[in-house]
Amino acid sequence: MSITLKVNGRSHTVDVDPATPLLYVLSDDLALNGPKFGCGLGQCGCCTVIARGQALRSCVTPVSSVAGADITTLEGLGTVEKPHPIQQAFIDEQAMQCGFCVNGVIMTAKALLDRTPKASEPEIRQAMSDVLCRCHAHTRMLRAIKRYADGR
Amino acid sequence: MKIEDFSRRDFLKSSGALIVSFSVAGITDPLGLAPGSASAQGLNGPGSAGLDSWIAIGADGRVTAYTGKCELGHGLYTAQMQLIAEELSVPFNRVTLVQCDTSRTPDQGTTSGAQSHPTNFNKSNLALAGATAREALVQLAAARLGAPADQLAVKDGVVSVKSDPSKSVAYGDLIGGRTFNIPLNTNARRKDSREWLVLGKPVPRVDIPAMATGQFEYVQNVRVPGMLHGRVVRPPAVGATLMSVDESSVKGVPGLVKVVVRQNFVGVVAEKPWQAMQAAGKLKVSWTPGSGLPSQESFHEYLRNHQQTRDTLAVNSKDVEEKLAGAAMVVKATYRYPYQMHASVGSACAVADVQPDKATIWSATQAVYPLRSTAAMVLGLEPQNVRVIFKMGAGCYGVNGADTVSYDAALLSHAVGKPVRVQLARKDEMAWENYGLAYVIDQRVGLNADGSILTWDHESWSPNLGGRPGANSPGNVVTGFLIGFQPAAFAARTPAPEPVNFGNGNNAVPSYVTGTVGGRSGGTGTVTSQRVLTHDVPSPFFTGPLRSPSRLQNTFAHESFMDEIAAHVKADPVAYRLRHLSDRRLMAVVQAAAKAASWEARPSPRAGNRRTGVAAGSGIASVLYEGDNGYCAMVADVDVDQGTGRVVVKRLFIANDCGPISNPDGLRNQLEGGALHGVSRALSEEVTWDDQKVTAIDWRTYRPLFVGGDVPAIETVLINQTEGPAMGAGETAVTVVSAALGNAIFNATGARIRQIPFTPERVKAALGLRQ
Repeated sequence: MSITLKVNGRSHTVDVDPATPLLYVLSDDLALNGPKFGCGLGQCGCCTVIARGQALRSCVTPVSSVAGADITTLEGLGTVEKPHPIQQAFIDEQAMQCGFCVNGVIMTAKALLDRTPKASEPEIRQAMSDVLCRCHAHTRMLRAIKRYADGR
Repeated sequence: MKIEDFSRRDFLKSSGALIVSFSVAGITDPLGLAPGSASAQGLNGPGSAGLDSWIAIGADGRVTAYTGKCELGHGLYTAQMQLIAEELSVPFNRVTLVQCDTSRTPDQGTTSGAQSHPTNFNKSNLALAGATAREALVQLAAARLGAPADQLAVKDGVVSVKSDPSKSVAYGDLIGGRTFNIPLNTNARRKDSREWLVLGKPVPRVDIPAMATGQFEYVQNVRVPGMLHGRVVRPPAVGATLMSVDESSVKGVPGLVKVVVRQNFVGVVAEKPWQAMQAAGKLKVSWTPGSGLPSQESFHEYLRNHQQTRDTLAVNSKDVEEKLAGAAMVVKATYRYPYQMHASVGSACAVADVQPDKATIWSATQAVYPLRSTAAMVLGLEPQNVRVIFKMGAGCYGVNGADTVSYDAALLSHAVGKPVRVQLARKDEMAWENYGLAYVIDQRVGLNADGSILTWDHESWSPNLGGRPGANSPGNVVTGFLIGFQPAAFAARTPAPEPVNFGNGNNAVPSYVTGTVGGRSGGTGTVTSQRVLTHDVPSPFFTGPLRSPSRLQNTFAHESFMDEIAAHVKADPVAYRLRHLSDRRLMAVVQAAAKAASWEARPSPRAGNRRTGVAAGSGIASVLYEGDNGYCAMVADVDVDQGTGRVVVKRLFIANDCGPISNPDGLRNQLEGGALHGVSRALSEEVTWDDQKVTAIDWRTYRPLFVGGDVPAIETVLINQTEGPAMGAGETAVTVVSAALGNAIFNATGARIRQIPFTPERVKAALGLRQ
């Protein structure tokens, strides 16, 4: 089935099974590296993208359900040369180790702060309560999120 | 033509010189791998004796270095670039580092065990190559400039005459594009850490900007033209074997290329990842019942009562029973630790391109050369026709699924003759990975009338099966086993032979004894009467090194027990530790952590705490990791809700000494991450199983510490020893957390918990047992 997706401001038409989780279309058909397969169960956050203003776990989201929606991935925020301020905050705080999970951490925090710019620390912690980092760079990540939130 | 020939020729065309010369004979001494040293614990390969295997200088003066120790998320890549920039006196941004590729880099075995800092940052291997290259370049410049070498200065890759800086020559003009053709020079002088301009500084990691912007290419992102996607179907129970596969059950599944069966290995290959998942889910496979598992509830007793054991004595002064009988007081306790898993956040992935006579594997393995050997065994190829290229995966913390999924990808690619990518399902990795060891540990001490320790006796039981595949045991991980390779054989041995040399690589020997073997004392403490007896037991599950393997479990028991002894004699736990230590550096980290935490000298439990509601307490623990590889002490402040049993860690104070610090911010990142990894493991992580299979198969059934969880404030104190060797730092903090938390819980409540994890149920049970 032919489905048109709007990813990072560009339209892509893909021919896939409509039940295919969005993640596989992003990483396989569109060759994006930002969203990642962590668990395939929506439990860890590695696959997070922002769609319709919400953090969305793309590993459990059928691609057909987001046809036509604006989808932003980590690479849609900024580049190495010109990072988005939230990406810059994570670079400044050196807020990762292996970096595999950081897609979920940044995209989840960004969706929260887009929606609730003055989010309190408990609100931030709540939003991050099912986002996983196994290198346990938690303290730096929380500091980077705060740095970004305070700097706006 | 061999794969190596392709890559080397291409490389020579593109970027200067590289000769990977592996002359194994006679290089043990020149590389400084003295028997018994930290870098000789079997984790390192032969490296290379030839300078050109490590360093190449282009005509433009760029320095390319080749390392067999890879980035795992711990910052090693950037730190190795700093090392090369420092030793060669070139700007950091003029260094290129090539890591872990069997066609390009020296064989440095496995990147593990907190061994990379000692291995590559002391007076051997990569550091020695840097020093050798700088001195060789100065010699070449001396001839070119007509001035003696000691009259020359090096800065930014340019050698100049000190008295007349207008006389100078750049590295690129001295040797650019050509080879050195000399061996590593063990007399080459490494720069004193007090001279450092690049090393020792908090240089930001070079890979983080790409990671933060989604540009970094992990092994999960490797895309090879024509690549297909594989999925494995693991047995449903431990010990189950394959009866039949009904290929008609997947007839017509879109994109399906092939069903692959080899002995007990089953997998599918399809054009797209989702198609492979669909096919794997629909494939009808019949298995025999599993072989049955021992009860989890009584597993520690199962270990203790196992008839077949491999026994080892680390120390034995042969007077322990006599001293215990004559002691003024005897204290005993038993500690229990569960199996835990690496549980990487991204499940393991590999891409393999297997052709009839050669193969290329992109893998997040910690061990490219050993994997080359075992993948060759799996594929029936010669090792030199297999190329393994390291690509970073999610943090591994030890032998996670990276090796086994490399075999999966290789087997499936072999079957279809095309490149295949495999990423494991979460449950397939969690149910079958090589778990960190469960333990049951008995501790006994006899005390003198003055409360000091007279004798210490330690006896432990822990289960083992498989492990790192090494160079010849693909059966040490599940995929190799499924295709018929056996795990390394269990060699029972009872009784244990008497110890010959002292070593404390597993931290089985407590810090407070002298570690005396054969008249020589290698320990860090003062207690002379000592026995440490360990029993390996066959494991029903695969096991393998998980961050601080055995060191963490033993340190939990030792440092909890030390706290219990101090409480028995109503002594302050810090003062009581210092009273029994002899190693000044270990004492220094204990004192530094206590000072940072504003430690108040007192016996435990804390006076005046109420027995209801939330109680606060603090605890300390320390270690000299592996007996010679990094000092660390931690003070933990906790709140214990005595109604619910919930433990919240409020603050952690960490003091660490790993010799000269290569990158202080990288070190802090490791200590912080290790500390929280330790909190997660101490409070919630535990592999569970029923009578057939592992039941901890996702993030609901294996509970970690999430980013938004109860995350404490962390303060680190770095002790920078400008003298002495570089030591490991990736596994020190994680080692001391569980004991520090248990001691803090006791300080807060008077309840001692001797079993990890400290779940609310266990805490409540322990609170209920208080007198």
